[in-house]
This record gives sequence, structure tokens and C-alpha cells, in this order.
Amino acid sequence: MLNQTNCISISFLLFLISLIGMFINQKNILVMLMSLEMMFLTVSFNFIFSSVYLDDIIGQIFSLLILTVAAAESSIGLAILVIYYRIRGTITVELMSLTKG
Amino acid sequence: MYLLILVLPLLGSIISGLGGRWLGRYGTNLITIFCVGLSMILSIGAFYEVGLTGSFCYLFVGSWIKSGILSISWSLLFDSLTCTMLVVITVISTLVHLYSIKYMEYDPHCPRFMSYLEIFTFFMLVLVTADNLIQMFLGWEGVGLASYLLINFWYTRLDANQSAIKALVVNRIGDFSLMIGIFLTFYVFQSVDYLLIFTLASFFSNHYLSFLGFDIHSLSLISIFFFFGAVGKSSQLGLHTWLPDAMEGPTPVSALIHAATMVTAGVFLMARFSPILEFSPMVLFLMIIFGALTAFFASMVGIFQNDLKRVIAYSTCSQLGYMIFCCGMSCYNVSLFHLFNHAFFKALLFLSAGSVIHAVSDEQDMRRMGSLIKFLPATYSFMLIGSMTLSGFPFLTGFYSKDFILELSQVYSYSNLEMTYISFACLLGSLSVFLTAFYSFRLIYLTFINTSNKNNINKNHLHESSFLMLLPLIILSIGSIFIGYIMKDLFIGFGTNFWINSIFILPSHTYFLEAEWLELVYKWFPFIASLIGIILSSFINIRNINIYNWFYNQKLFFFLSFLSSKKWYWDVLYNRFLILPLLKFGYSITFKILDRGFIELAGPYGISQLTLRLSKIIRNLQTGQVTHYIFFIILGLATFLSIINSTYLHIFDFRLLLIFCFLIFLV
Repeated sequence: MLNQTNCISISFLLFLISLIGMFINQKNILVMLMSLEMMFLTVSFNFIFSSVYLDDIIGQIFSLLILTVAAAESSIGLAILVIYYRIRGTITVELMSLTKG
Repeated sequence: MYLLILVLPLLGSIISGLGGRWLGRYGTNLITIFCVGLSMILSIGAFYEVGLTGSFCYLFVGSWIKSGILSISWSLLFDSLTCTMLVVITVISTLVHLYSIKYMEYDPHCPRFMSYLEIFTFFMLVLVTADNLIQMFLGWEGVGLASYLLINFWYTRLDANQSAIKALVVNRIGDFSLMIGIFLTFYVFQSVDYLLIFTLASFFSNHYLSFLGFDIHSLSLISIFFFFGAVGKSSQLGLHTWLPDAMEGPTPVSALIHAATMVTAGVFLMARFSPILEFSPMVLFLMIIFGALTAFFASMVGIFQNDLKRVIAYSTCSQLGYMIFCCGMSCYNVSLFHLFNHAFFKALLFLSAGSVIHAVSDEQDMRRMGSLIKFLPATYSFMLIGSMTLSGFPFLTGFYSKDFILELSQVYSYSNLEMTYISFACLLGSLSVFLTAFYSFRLIYLTFINTSNKNNINKNHLHESSFLMLLPLIILSIGSIFIGYIMKDLFIGFGTNFWINSIFILPSHTYFLEAEWLELVYKWFPFIASLIGIILSSFINIRNINIYNWFYNQKLFFFLSFLSSKKWYWDVLYNRFLILPLLKFGYSITFKILDRGFIELAGPYGISQLTLRLSKIIRNLQTGQVTHYIFFIILGLATFLSIINSTYLHIFDFRLLLIFCFLIFLV
């Protein structure tokens, strides 16, 4: 059933899952990146749903823009990851603690 | 002329103090002697004009403080009381100046010494000529300051420093009380002018101050604070400890401070405030008790002292006790008369002692003197005159005042006067007459007559002092012999109108008549007591009975004499139970616990430490772990959102959240 409540709950649930995936996860940075992508997905899904629901095009334009931003972001992020891997030889999140306060 | 009396000593002090380097020893000596001598001549003139011809003089110099109803002016009041003091101060001061020329001949700081002596004289003159309490207080404090400078004249000596500080601080206790008295006077009378206060005093005789629900007789309260001021300055029992220690200064200083001027300021204050004191019988009673105890205590301690100057210092203390209890009996004029006479013979004694000390090359211990009569006949005769006057030998100066004080104290025998507590003063006073005679002649015997205890090498240097030192002694000894007889009728004669209005005595407090019609036995009693003292002292010393050995065998007497020679452990007790706890309080409580402890903790040190600790906690939050950062970001976002929501929707109390966040930070 594609009613209002279900849509918002699903996107919110996905957002929460990605959030939890973000900071329960201690080891794999790739999982983190993927959760980030999932966040973008839920946000743009929410935008699309809202644009349909409110009968307004701006939400869909935003979701398109978010798509491009997400693509750019993930590419830059992966690039940083690759460079990081080249230097450290590991991509474990736990070991990224050089900038301690 | 009247203004010059004050201005000259100040001028002399400034010139000799600032220009002493250029003037040199002889220049400063000349200038100071000239200044103080001229002041003396003028004050004798003032005494003639004011005292004898009865022309009261009030001099307005200028306005000082004007604030609301408080208006204080620089003005001088010359009445007979002031003029009596003026003569005492300037005469003694001039003679002391004259004496110190030779006495301080080889001292490198002679101009400084002369300057201090002059400034002392000046402040004393300010004290006695003041017409209001504030100006009097200026003189009072100035005298204390000058005494500090003079006692500390040889400032390289530790003893001199210590005793000067002691003199200043112990005096300061009395000064504080005097200040409270002045404030109270202003509160009650709304004025500090003598003339106004004394005129109004009788109207305030039933005035009560309400304090914490108690009604306190205001005049009694004022005069009790004034009396404690006098206790400090006149070294009555309780605050007497500074006087014997103040002997560390040069001998002329002792003669000036302890014979004539500084210590008499307290008695002068009491006489000056007779219109207020007369209406507070409680304070009069207190004065009798304190004065009598001081007289007795000091003369008892004086017996067992071995220091030449210290014996005389204790005798001063004892004589001041007489003056104070005489004031307590409302006989201010007799007290002033004794002050006048005492100045002459005590200055004589001190200066003679200085002559002796000078002759025996600065030895002060009487046990190391003896048989000086052969070497210093002139000094011996002066000392003998002084001692006989002090012990009240008939027809010498001391007799006329001291015996009259004792006769006054014997009026308790008239039972209709209901002055039973005077018998206490009478008993102690008579006992101290005996003791005074005893120690005066003990001093004479030990110093001059007994066999010598000096080694023979020092005997070669023994010499009589030069004429310039003997001249003041000659003048003072003439004064000690004749002044009492000459001045008796003027000061305490029957119906004398010398003290026109300067001293007020309630008609119900006058005992002159009764004292003149005492029975013969009572009148003879003080003389016989002092004669017994003299005879006993002579007997012990001539027959060479070693009374100390005899005392040594008697446990109780030995203990008592030991106590007396240690000044009844007043100083030790004060040090242990008053000064040491105060110092400890000052260090461990006010300094360590409060200043360096609590205030530092609540102030700069504590706050900086707290900031440091908190910032360390907050810094530790930055673990470097990316997931932790994400957690804080989300937590912050959630907090922010919930704050916004709670302010609009009231669904969540953000204060709870803040507390929660803070707790998280602390963990």
C-alpha cells in the first residue's frame, strides 16, 4: 500500500538503518560509505514522494540534484579511500584515530 | 607670641632635619637650642599671662575640615591647664636639648637626633594646645610616632627596633580606643570642639545610648574609651609593658618621653576631660583601681630591677599611677601639680642616670657600679636630690604633691563621704611610697655608696661630665627643690582661681577641705612610710646584709622576689597568651586558610584549575574515532531539534536534555 504514512515510515526506517550502520559499524569504511549512499537514497525518496504528494515539481528537481551530488560525493569519497589505502595499507575505521584531541 | 610657641619647634625640626647635612653638628645644635629655648621663654610668658593674670587665650588659625555638621579648625586654646603643660614640656625639652649636645657629642647622627627631639616637642605642644579632639589626636599620634623614631634612634640595634615597635604598637591599642571615644563624642555631641563639649556635658549627664537593647550611659562610655587611651599612653597596668622597654633609646630620650612629656599626655587627657569624667562615677572608680594597682605594681617591680634606667622607668610608671588615681578622686589639679613636679625630678633622675652611664662607659647594670660618689660627686648630689624628692622627703618638691595625693586618699576615714573604695588606693599608695623610697635609695646605694664592683681598668676612665651636661642638672635640681613650694599655692592652694574653667570638679566630689583637716597620725603616715623605706634600704646596704641570700632561703619570699624581678611575667604572659596566639591566628587562619586557602580557591587559582579540568574532559571527547564524531553530530542534531521542538510544542523539556548532555560530557 502506497499511502502517506507507509512511505514516510519506510524512508525514515531506511534512514535510521543507515544511521545505525554509520556508527555501530567499527570496522569497515566501505559499509560506512554505503550507508551514506543509503541516506541520500532515503532523502531523495522522501523528496520524490513529497513532490508527488504535494503535486509540486521542485521536489523531483531536488532529488535529481541530490543524485548528482551523491554520485560526485561517492566518487570523491572512494578516491580518498583509495589514496588512504595506498598510504596506510588498511581501511579499518578503528585505526583512523590519529587526530586525537 | 602664642603661635610662635608651636611654630618654633616645628621650624627647628625642619631646618635641622632637612639641612642638618649643611649646618653640621654645631649649627643644628645652635638652631634647635635657640628655637626650643625661645619657645620656652614664650611659654613661660604665656603661663604668666594666662595663668597668673587670668587672661584666657583662644587662637583661630584656619579651617581644616568642613563636612556637613562636622567642622574642625586649626585653632589653639591656651587656658591654665594648657599653659601648665606648655611650661613643663618646653622647659624639660630645652634642658634635654642642652643636655644632649654633650651627651650625643660623638654620635654621628646628631642633627637627626635634634630634629626628632624638636618634632617630638612640637607634637606634644600640638597635643596640649589643641582646641578640638581631632587636633589633639594629631598631637597624640605624632607623639607616638616621634617616640618610635627616638627609641629607634640607634636603628642598627635589634633591641632598639623591637622596643620601638612595641612602644608604637602598644600605644596604638590605646589610640584605637581613643579614636572610638572621639567617634562616640561626635555621635553624642555632634561636635568635637572642647568648648562646646564641655559646656554641654552637664546636659548630657542623663543621656543614654541605646545599643542592642541595652541603655548605656553615654558619658561613661565616652570617658571609658578615653581612659583606655590614657592607659596606653600613660602606661597604666595592662598596657604598661612598653615603658620599661622604651629605655633602649638614648638617655635624653628617656628623660623627655618618660619623665616629662609623652606619658603625661594620658594624665593631661584625663584632666582636660574632667567635665565629662565628673559625670561618670564608674570611670572614676576604674581610674582609682587602675592607678593604685599601677602605682603599687610598678614600685614593687622597681625594687628588684638591676638596670639603672629601668628602675627609674618603673618609678615613672608608679608615679603615673598616682596621678591617675588622683584624677579618679576628682582632684585633677593635684594630679596636674604632681605632673608638674614629677617632670622636674624625674627628668633630673633620668639625666643624672645618663650622666652616670656616660661616666662609666655605657654600663647600665647597677650591680657593676658602686663607690661612684668618689668620682662623680656632682652627679651624686643631683641623684640624691632627685631620689629624695621622689620619695617625698619633706620640703622638697615631691613632698608637696605626693603627700597631698596620699592625704587626699586618706579622706576615706571620714565615713560620711562614703568613699570606701578610696581606701584601696590609700593602702596601695602608702605601700608604694614605702617601696619608692626603698628602691630610690637602693639605687643611690648600689650606684654611689657601696663598694665598687667595677674592674680597676674602667676606673681610670671615670670622669665627671662636662659643664654643659651638668647645667641642665643644676637647673632641674633647683626646680626639684623649690618648684613644689613655689607653685603649691598657685596649683592646689586654698581657693586658688588658677584653674578658672579649665578643670571642672563637681561640688560633691571635692575633698580638699577634708584632706586639710586630717588627723595628725594620717598626715604623718606617708612620711613615716617613706622614712622606713629609706632606713631599711640604708640598713641593708650599710650593714651589707645580703638580703637576696636571705630571700634565697625563704622559699616563698624567694619566689615572690623572683616574680618581681621578672616583672611578674607580664611580658611572658602577654607573649604566650596574647601575641603568640594572635600571630598564629594571623599566619595559620587569616593567611593560610583564608587568604591563601579559601579566597584563592574560590578566586583565581580555583577557577583556573576548574577550567583546566573541564577543558581536559572536553578535549578527551575528541577520541579520533570517526564513529564517535558521528555520534556527537547526531546527538547534537537531536538536541538542537528537540530544543526547537520543545520551545514550540512543549513536548520536551530541553533543560533535562542539557543536563543529560552535560552528564555525558563529564563521563
